[in-house]
Amino acid sequence: MEVRSMHFVSRVRQRLEDPELQRNLKRTRGRNAASRAAAVAAFPDFDAVRARATEIRASVLRDLDVWLERFEQKAIERGATVLWARDGDHACELIIDIARRHGVRTVVKSKSMVSEEAGLNAALEAAGIRPVETDLGEYILQINDNEPPSHIIMPVIHKSKEQVSELFARVHGTAPKTDIEALTHEARAVLRPEFLGADMGLSGGNFLVAETGSVAIVTNEGNGRLCTTLPRVHVALTGIEKVIPTLEDLATLLRILPRSATGQAITNYVSMLTGPKQAGDADGPEHMYFVLVDGGRADLLGSEFEAMLRCIRCGACMNHCPVYQTIGGHSYGWVYPGPMGSVLTPLYQGLDKAMDLPHAATLCNQCGVVCPVSIPLPDLMRTLREKQVERGLRPWSERIATKLWAWVAARPKLYALGTRVAVRYLRWLADGRDRIQVMGVAPGWTAERDFPAPAAKTFRELYAERRRGGGQ
Amino acid sequence: MSVRDDILGRLRRQLGRTDSTTLAARERVEATLALRQTGPRAAADALLDRFIERARAMISSVDRCATEAEVPAHCADWLRGQGLPTTLVVAPALAALDWAGAGLDARIGAATGDDLVGVTGCFRAIAETGTLMLCSGPQSPAVNSLLPETHIAVVPRQHIVADMEAAWAEARRELSAWPRAVNFVSGPSRTADIEQTIVLGAHGPYRVHLLIVG
Repeated sequence: MEVRSMHFVSRVRQRLEDPELQRNLKRTRGRNAASRAAAVAAFPDFDAVRARATEIRASVLRDLDVWLERFEQKAIERGATVLWARDGDHACELIIDIARRHGVRTVVKSKSMVSEEAGLNAALEAAGIRPVETDLGEYILQINDNEPPSHIIMPVIHKSKEQVSELFARVHGTAPKTDIEALTHEARAVLRPEFLGADMGLSGGNFLVAETGSVAIVTNEGNGRLCTTLPRVHVALTGIEKVIPTLEDLATLLRILPRSATGQAITNYVSMLTGPKQAGDADGPEHMYFVLVDGGRADLLGSEFEAMLRCIRCGACMNHCPVYQTIGGHSYGWVYPGPMGSVLTPLYQGLDKAMDLPHAATLCNQCGVVCPVSIPLPDLMRTLREKQVERGLRPWSERIATKLWAWVAARPKLYALGTRVAVRYLRWLADGRDRIQVMGVAPGWTAERDFPAPAAKTFRELYAERRRGGGQ
Repeated sequence: MSVRDDILGRLRRQLGRTDSTTLAARERVEATLALRQTGPRAAADALLDRFIERARAMISSVDRCATEAEVPAHCADWLRGQGLPTTLVVAPALAALDWAGAGLDARIGAATGDDLVGVTGCFRAIAETGTLMLCSGPQSPAVNSLLPETHIAVVPRQHIVADMEAAWAEARRELSAWPRAVNFVSGPSRTADIEQTIVLGAHGPYRVHLLIVG
């Protein structure tokens, strides 16, 4: 997928001024946070499960090389083929090779974020192979000119039923309907022959289980099961960080993943797939492949960003982020939106290609609090900001401003004088109101919001007055 | 150098591996696999009640009968009561039951896209979440719980276990070969992609009916 993260500011402005998008975002705002809160409250000692899940993910990363070898060995023993991809482009090459080798014309796809990273659909089409997205949300996006997803688990959270209806009527040539059930069943009817006729199924992988050499996938729709049961070839495409040790660890992680994502105790379907069809089996693919993608992950191991590799793609951070909920996922410009994307995009695509993302946060730490594997997202964003400064990537005006600030802050008398002047200046700007509509020296701050007017005196002045008062 | 060796080599460099730390890592990995540490779990009591309550919460319907021999008659009553077809595709594991005797037109085998009602057994049922654990194999095709619009599952009461950990332990003990697919099914297929409104029957069954035996 093309990276558009460098145009963050202009995209945000467009999104904020789009009344339809704002209406759509408002409709679901806070709903996932409420479902998660209820699911967590209903579970005895969720914190203990979260701590264990964090430990499982962290312990795998400590020995990731050996766990991957172990997973590969078990998968091969079960008749699967394990391929390794340097990056997204390489993964596309490998998958196209597999498709050609097996004479594949159509690929049914269950949602895979790595396939979005790799731009797999475009690559398959260029190779004359037809990809069909089968997750309802992803299908809607695909038939809308390959629009990118705006959320990792709810890809069309930004669309209204009217927009979906209009799209279906145009693409399917059916009568427009705004009943959501009717729209869903229309998609079911279109996709069913695709499942039954496809030569290859492509899935992501929520987890790779080293003990058994299996991939575990989690869906509510059942499209993941259909993609991995009916076609003669199954390809599981995942990042190298997805491995976990045992089936018991899978049970623990499944207690926190759906609860964090949608507030469900479990998703309707969890499938653990191990190798191709065996002798006597009535169904299942004849060939099974794993494509394990690096794509920047190896470089994070052992670095100050290693914690990011624990991510299990639940989306809780974006569901709780005030910034994401206001600007929507497309503003972030790449596969991963919200706080996790503000960390992952610069790490996988380069700091210079995502200048504004580490700043697209209030650092309120809602994301850090709800992350089921305890990733300190605000700390990682702050570290990325530091790196931008170290590498001289920030604009000169900001660099000079922060240097000046540091110089003044180290000189108490000058600081006291400066804040006294600043407070009076801001009071003058507010002109008797409690909000400042246009900030003179930094108008960008007040382009989309008012700035609160300060108190009449600085903290230091008030402190000095109270001390005098207390002494009387 | 192959891409595999390159990726693993880079992981080793990032981890600062030496021969001795690699050896220690291998020992840690083997120890972790042998230990199979379980995480925190909820208390497991009143398994049957809990399973029924959770299964209903996941929008499965639940019925009970005393013996396995009564299963076909129960299926027939339920299907007629719901106004559903009485032509079934039945997993080979349940071939011995007298389906015709209950007035049902049952074919034994794997479902196709045309079958409207699929019947399966289950390896275990999980009380914590009201979930079926279905292991694919010659006697239990995965498609029977997936392709038909209606899925009926026969759940022997003694197969209800507390949680997924208990189910894995029994699978390790009982299954001679690990199945190609272990499918956990919790109610009918659903989606909430459009305006977060839940719709049943996204791709898989519109309804799941559980018949607990015993």
